[in-house]
Amino acid sequence: MHIPDGYLSPSTCAAMYAGAAPFWYVALRRLKRTFNARMIPLLSLMSAFCFVIMMFNLPVWGGTTAHAVGMGIAAVILGPWASMVAISIALLIQALFFGDGGITCYGANCFNMAIVGSLAAYTVYRAISGRTPVGSPRRIAACALGGYVGINLSALCAAIEFGIQPALFHDASGAPLYAPYSLSVAIPAMLAAHLSLAGVAELVIGGALLAYLQRIDPALLLRTAPGAANDESILIEAMGWDKLRPLWIGLAVLMLITPLGLLATASAWGEWGPEDLRNPGIRQEIAAASGNVAPPVNVPSGLEKLSTLWTAPMPDYAPGFLKSEKLGYICSAMFGTGLILGAWLALGGAIRLISNRLQPPPGEAQKFVN
Amino acid sequence: MASLGGMLDHARFCEDSALTQGLLQRLDPRVKLCGLLALILVAVSARRLEVTLAVLLLGVGLAACSRISVKVLATRTWAGVLAFTGIIALPAVFITRGDAVLPHWPITWQGLTTALRLIVRAETAATLAGLLVLTTPWTHVLKGLRTLRVPAVLVVILGMTYRYIFLLVRLAEDFFEARRSRMFRALSRPEQRRMAGAAAGVLLNKSLQLSEDVYLAMQSRGFRGEAYTIHDFHMERRDWIAGAGFAAAAALAFWGGFR
Repeated sequence: MHIPDGYLSPSTCAAMYAGAAPFWYVALRRLKRTFNARMIPLLSLMSAFCFVIMMFNLPVWGGTTAHAVGMGIAAVILGPWASMVAISIALLIQALFFGDGGITCYGANCFNMAIVGSLAAYTVYRAISGRTPVGSPRRIAACALGGYVGINLSALCAAIEFGIQPALFHDASGAPLYAPYSLSVAIPAMLAAHLSLAGVAELVIGGALLAYLQRIDPALLLRTAPGAANDESILIEAMGWDKLRPLWIGLAVLMLITPLGLLATASAWGEWGPEDLRNPGIRQEIAAASGNVAPPVNVPSGLEKLSTLWTAPMPDYAPGFLKSEKLGYICSAMFGTGLILGAWLALGGAIRLISNRLQPPPGEAQKFVN
Repeated sequence: MASLGGMLDHARFCEDSALTQGLLQRLDPRVKLCGLLALILVAVSARRLEVTLAVLLLGVGLAACSRISVKVLATRTWAGVLAFTGIIALPAVFITRGDAVLPHWPITWQGLTTALRLIVRAETAATLAGLLVLTTPWTHVLKGLRTLRVPAVLVVILGMTYRYIFLLVRLAEDFFEARRSRMFRALSRPEQRRMAGAAAGVLLNKSLQLSEDVYLAMQSRGFRGEAYTIHDFHMERRDWIAGAGFAAAAALAFWGGFR
């Protein structure tokens, strides 16, 4: 994703520098406002850490490896603005010293990875983690997904920058002057690689590091967790029967009154099947509900073909073994609710399992030091 | 581990090369920084391939005068750029619409021109950026950045980051070396992932501990939040001449590139 020199036109590079400049300005102003001398070594070490983490190749699918950028964990530890500065510094050293990413494209690389990546990772992290305690497994999933979304949005930005080049910059014969691939090629190519490889590396590293910090230094996570419940018991209490009882009772009442839906006789707008479109009575209802626009005379072939792909075990909320429509509705509501609860329990179990696997057993970490 | 070792090797080589006595090594870092950046900019902007090639040749000439051989440029810069850009540019030869090179062939002149232009431009920019690092100690590059109005606090952070990158790389190398020396069989892929995750965690923890130690060390040496850099560069006659040479070459390339 590090765009080298020569892939983007000078005017695109200038536009990307201009696009990044306000963010750098705000980030530096915010750093100055909340500045304390402690931030200098912290930023330096986080930049160095992001740099080194980009050299960790993780095995992903099918014998391939990919590296993370560290945008997820940097945004979680430092916040989005300081993370922008830290990743920008790591990118500058890469561009100047190691030729990874161009000097003229530095603005674009920072815009994609440091700015868009940090903001996206932080937004997703905060949205998913909510007010959960800093030690909650939900925060591991939030950090991992934040990094995954961040790196993929960064890749999308880079793909758009590549993709607009051939249309805007070409010579008299039509040969592209810079990156040669249009949006229709650049976006799928970039996203395929990042959704399946680099994104997975970012996801694994982000989740693993957050799990590690939860065990080693949870106080570090408090900076970006305002309002987080600071006691595990609060979460356990919130999940207890007493607190949830009104919700369970409300759910039971809703299941019992589901047959009220039978009072409405007409079909829902837009949910018509091929047999509805063939039925003259229902066709009239459709036309009346659609501003007197008649449906097509013949059932659209695509609709007819795809409607037979899947036959539901309980069509129209009416299990075949029950004669009463009302009882069928109530049974369907109970069955559906049970499925949803089962799915959430399975997801919770999977997250707990992954977080347990990501956390090294006590003493494991020390093995690497010696 | 290979990439970590390669990075240390590259850094060591650059530091050694920057200390030899060549043309560019003798120049004021500010002149080199501004001059090479100007050449990169015109090489990337030029619409004519010949102009970009001329700038590349100028870069090779400057390297030769600075005791950097073509072999060093080829192995340390050109090969990597060619591998990366070549893979990206290759499909363009076939999918770019235009006049076929030979009847019934999918290769077009426009595709060939595009691919060649992309590769030459990327090689030229990488050569010039490489020259800067191969002929200037990193501390001097940082001081030179101050002349481009980069805030002092950022320059201080950059310097510190660069220094601690090497410490962290060395630590990471030690982690993996220690682990490898205790292994009797190859690790499975999930085990490799777990090992990388645990190593990254330890590295993060070390980084944070280190930042606290560095902060205390800075405090004990009188740091109170104000960052300063020492300017001890003096422009000499040869620096002015080199500056004029860079400006003339950049202006000529700019004029030729858009003619």
